[in-house]
Amino acid sequence: MTEDVVQLLSPDGERHDHPDYPLDCDHERLRALYRDIALTRRLDVESTALQRTGELGLWCPVLGQEGAQVGAGHAMRATDFGFTSYREVGIFQVRDVDPVDLLHLYRGVTHASWDPHQVGLGIFTIVIGSHALHAVGYAMGIQRDGADEAVLACFGDGATSTGDVHEAMVFAAAFAAPVVFFVQNNQWAISVPVARQSRAPLATRAAGYGIPAVQIDGNDVLASLAVTRAALDRAREGGGPTFIEAVTYRRGPHTTSDDPTRYRDQAEVEHWVALDPLDRLVRHMEIVGAWDAGFAASIDAEADALGERLRDAIRGMSDPDPMTMFDHVYAEPHAQVEADRQALADHLASDVAGAVETR
Amino acid sequence: MTSMTMVQALNAGLRRALEDDPKVLLMGEDIGPLGGVFRVTDGLQKDFGEDRVIDTPLAESGIVGTAVGLAMRGYRPVLEIQFDGFVYPAFDQIVTMVAKHHYRSGGITRMPIVIRIPYGGGIGAVEHHSESPEAYFAHTPGLRVLTPADAGQAYVTIQQAIASDDPVIYFEPKRRYWDRAEVDDVAPISGSPWSSRLVRAGDDVTLVAYGPMVRTCREAAEAAAEDGVSCSVIDLRSLSPLDLGPVVDDVRRTGRCVVVHEAPVVLGLGAEVASVVTEQCFFHLEAPVRRVGGAYIPYPPNRFERHYLPDVDRVLEAIDEVTAT
Repeated sequence: MTEDVVQLLSPDGERHDHPDYPLDCDHERLRALYRDIALTRRLDVESTALQRTGELGLWCPVLGQEGAQVGAGHAMRATDFGFTSYREVGIFQVRDVDPVDLLHLYRGVTHASWDPHQVGLGIFTIVIGSHALHAVGYAMGIQRDGADEAVLACFGDGATSTGDVHEAMVFAAAFAAPVVFFVQNNQWAISVPVARQSRAPLATRAAGYGIPAVQIDGNDVLASLAVTRAALDRAREGGGPTFIEAVTYRRGPHTTSDDPTRYRDQAEVEHWVALDPLDRLVRHMEIVGAWDAGFAASIDAEADALGERLRDAIRGMSDPDPMTMFDHVYAEPHAQVEADRQALADHLASDVAGAVETR
Repeated sequence: MTSMTMVQALNAGLRRALEDDPKVLLMGEDIGPLGGVFRVTDGLQKDFGEDRVIDTPLAESGIVGTAVGLAMRGYRPVLEIQFDGFVYPAFDQIVTMVAKHHYRSGGITRMPIVIRIPYGGGIGAVEHHSESPEAYFAHTPGLRVLTPADAGQAYVTIQQAIASDDPVIYFEPKRRYWDRAEVDDVAPISGSPWSSRLVRAGDDVTLVAYGPMVRTCREAAEAAAEDGVSCSVIDLRSLSPLDLGPVVDDVRRTGRCVVVHEAPVVLGLGAEVASVVTEQCFFHLEAPVRRVGGAYIPYPPNRFERHYLPDVDRVLEAIDEVTAT
């Protein structure tokens, strides 16, 4: 990180002011930030456990990045819209996505997790970087509607290498679209370090598109909140896109199928443990008197209840009706889908179906 | 009725769609003041403004990807890909996002996007300007694929494609762009585009084609008639869904079927047609189903194209073969 990196909260919890990003954060807001990070962390732990016990096919841990995400999520207005990849669990938490809905996807019973218009988030995209273009298109729609809204587009350091992210920046700049590119540079794209994605700091790329950029301490939830809020305000006011690089770290594996010991040193991870976003926030809350044992216990209890709810909902969940896999391929009836639906129905009704177990 | 070229018919259809629905937007390269390289969007930006007829940066994935976002916002983007061979940079957005989004979203988010692609050869163009990539798209669940054979079809089906709540890949046979026909531009749009249509009735052989090859097959049918062979010509019109019921009915009567397209024969649309016809007409067939189409080579330099593209002679040759038994 360079000296230009915006940081409002040092690792020891001390608050700094920044001339460009004033932030008035009351105790209520600090507690809300703490709650969202803590619940995100519990969801992460519970989901990993559910994967390890065979209840989920996969999980994508978020440990270490919750501060960047929760800060950006808090910067959004209810009317703003977000586009994310799969790892933005902190943003899902802030936008009140039901975590049970989220886990249905990893359980393999659905491709979708939520109603985009209810939570103000597009369903997440697994193909890296594709949704940056969707975000810009949505923002072009906001412009045409004359609406007082903006779009947050979240992706990672690996995505910045894709053509779609490049084209998204070109389109956003050309049309001055009300969109904020929020890049979490978590240092690793599965096993490939960020140095392989870019020789220059990611934030410096934005200048080539004529888009202003800011680098922030991605483990500082207050910096994320203040800088993202300013960028969204600017977008809503017609100022066009902003590129934010949140410098952070993915402390866990890429997914539950990954093995980071094959490509990185534990010492590197330990370095980032000391910069943990939640510890830093707790220290700050202690300093300003926003922390007390009763509050901490209430969040612990909420997290325990969340874990219990997830386990109850997911364990032993039955498989979906096979005939529903034909639903929604098209919005209007399509003869081929209907023919294939009938073929499966006929097969399932026959004597042959299930006669021999397939492995 | 108005006499129009296919280009003029498409322009009139787009104009009417823009008038009828304020959510309809046109996007593409050079579609503004220039009116598109084939002038299909001529005059539309002047009349509907830069916010609705949008000259985009030169990036096909960007055009399709931003259209996905606009569709999520409630718009109905109509995109122009300048030439068939330039659609591939957008292939991921089309196949991964446009085609699957309604399914992925559990039916919540519709993708009413039309992607217009001038396709096919026969105009003496340079490389990447004469391809027939329709099979990729017809093979992709979630997409609908339409291709008009003449100006009258173009005027109607472009509007039906735009009105569809599903994504439509709309292949325009560029060698027929300048063919003129009488177009009924007054009557309300009616009927379904997702069906094949009988364009000529015959008794001996069923010719099946779509897009640019419909005219070729009609001409072949006329030539065959002079030799005493009576051919039906069926225009598939919709490549997804495929409506092969009328083809099957016709072949059960004629006992012979020839399928014609510009794209390579191997694993092309004709293979699907031949397969279904064989499955459903097996005991009515007097000869194996014959396919006529491109060779399994990249589209060749244009001095070769008269040997690459199916023409009346090659269709007649196939008719001779299936009637020899």
